[in-house]
Parts: sequence; C-alpha cells; structure tokens
Amino acid sequence: MMSLRETMLRGREARACRPWPRHVVDHSVWLRAARELGKGRGDMLGLWSDGAEVHMAILDHETSQIGLLSIDCPEGRFPSVAHLHPPAMRLERAIGDIYGLAAQGLPDRRRWLDHGRWGLRHPGRSSENSEPSGDAYAFLPAEGAPLHQIPVGPVHAGIIEPGHFRFSANGETVVRLEERLGYVHKGIERLMAGATLERAARLAGRVSGDSTVAYALAFARAVEAALEMEVPRRAVWLRALMAELERLANHFGDIGAICNDASFSLMHAHCGVMREHILRAAQVCFGHRLMMDRIVPGGVAADLSEEGVEALRAFLKTAERLVPNFVRLYGDTTSLQDRTVGAGFVRPELARQYACGGFVGRASGRAFDARRLPGYAPYDELNFKFGASTTGDVDGRIWVRFDEIRASLPLIEQILDRLPSGEIRAEASSCGETREGAALVEGFRGDIFVWAKLGASGVVERCHLRDPSWFQWPLLEAAIEGNIVADFPLCNKSFNCSYSGHDL
Amino acid sequence: MRKFLFQGLLRNPLTEAAPSPDQDALAELGASLARASRRRLGRSLSIREVDAGSCNGCELEIHALGNAIYDIERFGLRFVASPRHADVLLVTGPVTKNMREALERTYNATPDPKWVVAVGDCALNGGVFAGSYACVGAVAEVIPVDLHIKGCPPDPMALLKGLIALVEA
Ligand code: SF4
Repeated sequence: MMSLRETMLRGREARACRPWPRHVVDHSVWLRAARELGKGRGDMLGLWSDGAEVHMAILDHETSQIGLLSIDCPEGRFPSVAHLHPPAMRLERAIGDIYGLAAQGLPDRRRWLDHGRWGLRHPGRSSENSEPSGDAYAFLPAEGAPLHQIPVGPVHAGIIEPGHFRFSANGETVVRLEERLGYVHKGIERLMAGATLERAARLAGRVSGDSTVAYALAFARAVEAALEMEVPRRAVWLRALMAELERLANHFGDIGAICNDASFSLMHAHCGVMREHILRAAQVCFGHRLMMDRIVPGGVAADLSEEGVEALRAFLKTAERLVPNFVRLYGDTTSLQDRTVGAGFVRPELARQYACGGFVGRASGRAFDARRLPGYAPYDELNFKFGASTTGDVDGRIWVRFDEIRASLPLIEQILDRLPSGEIRAEASSCGETREGAALVEGFRGDIFVWAKLGASGVVERCHLRDPSWFQWPLLEAAIEGNIVADFPLCNKSFNCSYSGHDL
Repeated sequence: MRKFLFQGLLRNPLTEAAPSPDQDALAELGASLARASRRRLGRSLSIREVDAGSCNGCELEIHALGNAIYDIERFGLRFVASPRHADVLLVTGPVTKNMREALERTYNATPDPKWVVAVGDCALNGGVFAGSYACVGAVAEVIPVDLHIKGCPPDPMALLKGLIALVEA
C-alpha cells in the first residue's frame, strides 16, 4: 500500500508552487489520496479550483509535510473526494457553483453558495445568464411524529452575520440542525482575478473583518512565497504584534459574548472594556482600530512609534492585573458553568477528521497551531504555549481562549522587548513569469489557507482564501444535537464561525 | 463576583463624554426627517441592525457602541431583536444579491415612521466589492436611505455622532 507521502509525490510536478510542491495527478492517484485522508492519515487543508484544475492541499501526518495535488478537468468533472472524506462536501458543492465543475460521486448535489440570485451561473468561468428568481432549497428531512421545525435567519436577533438555521426539534431537544449559508457571498475570488497586488491585499483584508490582520498576513505570505521575497525583519515582527493584538481583541470579545449569551453580563461588560483598550492601542500604534490594510505584500504599511510602544505597555499592565480576575470570575461562578459545562460537545474524532482548527479543534484535543506547524517567522524565535483541552464543550472552548489570552500577552511583551530595527517594507515587484505561492497562517479562529497565482505582469491571476470556518461549521451541526434549542446561541457563540469568511 | 460588583460601585463610570452630533449628518437628515413623527417618538429610538453582506468589520464597531465606554443606551438608543420593534434600520454591507430579499423584507416588516442608516463604505457604494456579480452595491439601491455614516469601518465615535444627529435632528 502506498503511503500518503508517496501518493503526494506521484504525478508530474507542476509549475513550482512555493513553499510547497504541487503535483498534477491522474484519477487513481487523486482517489488514493482521498482514501488516505478518509483513513485519517492526513489533514485536508483545502480543496479549490481555478476553473481548469481542482487542487487539494494536504498535510501528511507521517512526515508533517504539506503538499498540493491537482487534477485536470478537461470535461468539467473530477472524482469526488467527499464520498471518501466528508469534510470535502461543501467545498465540492462550492466548486460546482462557481466553476461548474462536477464532483463525480458527490453525495450531496444541492447548490451551496449559489442561491439562484446572481443572474448567472458559474461566475468563475464563462458564465451563463439565468433568472435571478431564487432557487428552492430542499432541507434534509427529519421524520417522526412529534418533530417540528424551527427556521431561523438569515436575519438574526443579535448584531451578527446572516445565515439560516433549520432546527428539527422534539419538544425542546434538537434532533437535527441544518445550516444554510452563502448569504454573504460577495464574489471575492472573482474580484481578485486580475487585481493588482495592492487591491488584492485590500480585498483579502476584507474577507472576514474580525480576522483582517490574519487574512492580510496570509495573502502577503503567499505572494512573498511566490515571488521569493525577503521581508525586512522589523516588518515580520510587527506583523506578529498585530496578529497577537487581533487574537487578544477577539478572544476578549468572544469570552464576553459567550458569557452574555448565558445571561452573565458582568463578564461581557468587563471584556468589552478590555477589547476597547486593545483597539485603541492599535489605533495609536498603527492608525486603525482593526489594523486593516496595515499588512501588505513586502512588509507593513505603518511603523510602530514610541507612543505606540507606551500604549501597548500600558495595556499589558492593565491586562496582567485584570486577566487573573476574569479567570477567577469565570472559574468561580458555578451558575454560569451550569450552562457551559457539557453543552455543545464536539467529539475528538470529529475534530480530527475535519482538521478543525482554532479553539474549536484545540478544545477537542486537536493540538494544531499553524504558528508551530508549518510554523513561520518570528514565532520560531518566540516562546509560547497554546491552549488545549479535551472536554470539547462550551466550557472547554472558553478555557482554551483564556489559555490563548495568557499566551498572547507574554508574546506581545517579548515582541516589544526584542523588536528589531530597520526597514519595514520591501518592494513587491513582478518577476516576468507566472508564479504560485501558498501560505498557512494562524488567525484567532484557526488556520487560514491562501493560494495565489501571479501573472507575469505582477497582477493576481487567481487567488483562493480558505477560512477556518469551513471545517468548523459542520461540527456545529453535530455539536448541537441533543442539546435544547435555547442553548443554541450559547453553543453557536462558543464556535463563533465566520459567515463572511466562509461565504467569501 | 461580589468583589467585582463592589468595585463597580466604588469606581467612577468608564463612560466618556458625549460627542456633539455630526454636522454633515444633521444636514443630510434635515432634508429627510419628518419632524412631526420624530416629535411623537421623542428622544428614544429602537434600532434593528441588518448585515446585508458586510465583512463583519462594521458589526464589530457597532457592537462596541454597547460597551461601557460608549454606552449607547444613555442616548435613548437601543438595539432590538426584531424589525417589528424598530424605528431605525442600521444596514451594513454591499447588499449581496443573496441578501437583497431579506433586506427588503426586513424593511417592509418595520413599522412607519422609520429611518434607514447605511453604515460603512460598502453600504454607501459597495466599497471594495463594488461591481461584483454577487453584490447589488449601495443600500440606497434597494431601500431608501436617510443617513450615511462613512468609514471602513466607521469607528464608534463616528457612529455615535451620526446616531446622535438622528435623535436630535
Ligand atoms: S465598510 Fe469596510 S468594514 Fe464595513 S463591511 Fe465594508 S469592508 Fe467591511
């Protein structure tokens, strides 16, 4: 039996993709790779198309190496990965919607991102016009006498993103949850095609607003890999500083919001103030509260001033004083834990199978962090721990966030202490030939994968951005089963999946 | 927990002074506000937020309005869960085609008199997503808009100034 590693080296090496090789394979090798994934020998990091080929990024467990496989689809078909490895399901449905490429053997043939409202089909290639009257959508059946359905969304009760949830419930107990997403599909990958690097970076930073730093970083790293660029050391460290600030701001926001959904508004109030501290420090440091457009291919667009360092040191002092209090407040409030312990349980096998990243994966025992593996500068020079739990419930996902807050604070301190001096930006210029690059970056929500193909003139020909939520949303459906309907907001918030990042 | 609550009693509030209303906003509103109905509603407005395809950045800053520092409720502004309870719709995003109908229906479900505030550059003209096959563009192309608050995303101060103008116009 050929191992996944050997399978990944089969076929013809395609145009050099940096830093990971890409091989064009035939049907049988493609399917063998899918089967190996199905057996748990590797993680699927992404599955996407550029219209002509379908690509898959795989992390091999045996060697801890990442590799890309591609399959040509001259007849508009490719063998489905999903029927051997279910995490590919929605990705294949999306490929069908955008590029009209059919995954043969795909168990679920319903359209996913395409709601029949764009006025055209298959916008990723020569598109056909269609009536924008909206398609009907057949939700999966849940049968049985006492069952009733509860439709929720796309417009929700809170200030959150739009999506539809269809609950089948037996009294108060959820028997099945089915998600329907795609409401915030903005056609970003098509907007990317032909965009200058500058415009593409702005778009990447707006895939998911709460992860604007992580997305800009992932895009920049993919471009820099393609162009084999050196980024000035100071810029590399400033990027990490921004990434950790974003992580902290989101984790504080999340912990407060989860507790608020359990009606514990005290935590929400305190976390909201902490988050505001961070955003204001970011404004002082980089001139934008969310740090949008501050990371660009080649470096960063804003340098850290003395005033910025002071703002951050002041924030660190406050945080070091208050975080232990927050931990105690959560840990000592049993009435709050009564809601969070045991709710929304994610089985470890499922987290592994879906290669589920971020706090959702880590709370269910999947110890993965892109800062460690594949790893990138400057984290190889920094000391940090990442959160871990095996309880898999809402409580576990809160504790992992606390762990990550406690890890990010010293990271920021280390960065401030050791920040190299010098340039902050190198010129990203084209190299007169088509180039490909990819990157995996740890956002607060989990690992973001970006693949970019640059044309000879330096514009982006194709770019794919895969949000961590693709592998978390399906687990929410599983996690809610057997919980009561009233606990859904709590479970949902503890996942905090991105709609915009997923719908793209 | 008791310690936390006790400290809260002793400390000064974190809430910052109110900004003055945005002049441009007052000018934009002057033309569109029906003063009679505003008088009837007094100084209190219920707001329903609708994400019509935003990247979620605008939502983050709208959320921040509720924190102890901006404390939006002191101005009589309150976020409500249903459009049927709302006087104001706060709309973000470049109105994706997949959200267009939901936005229209939300608007229709909001009782008169009502106002629409378009938040962010996307809601103004589609922002970076303008021209996409999947986006309509400006919110004003779908429902009538009374006030625009610009920015990508507008920060909480900009949001507050715009909303205060709405209460005081
Ligand atoms: S205006 Fe900016 S922050 Fe707001 S939704 Fe648009 S891209 Fe996101």
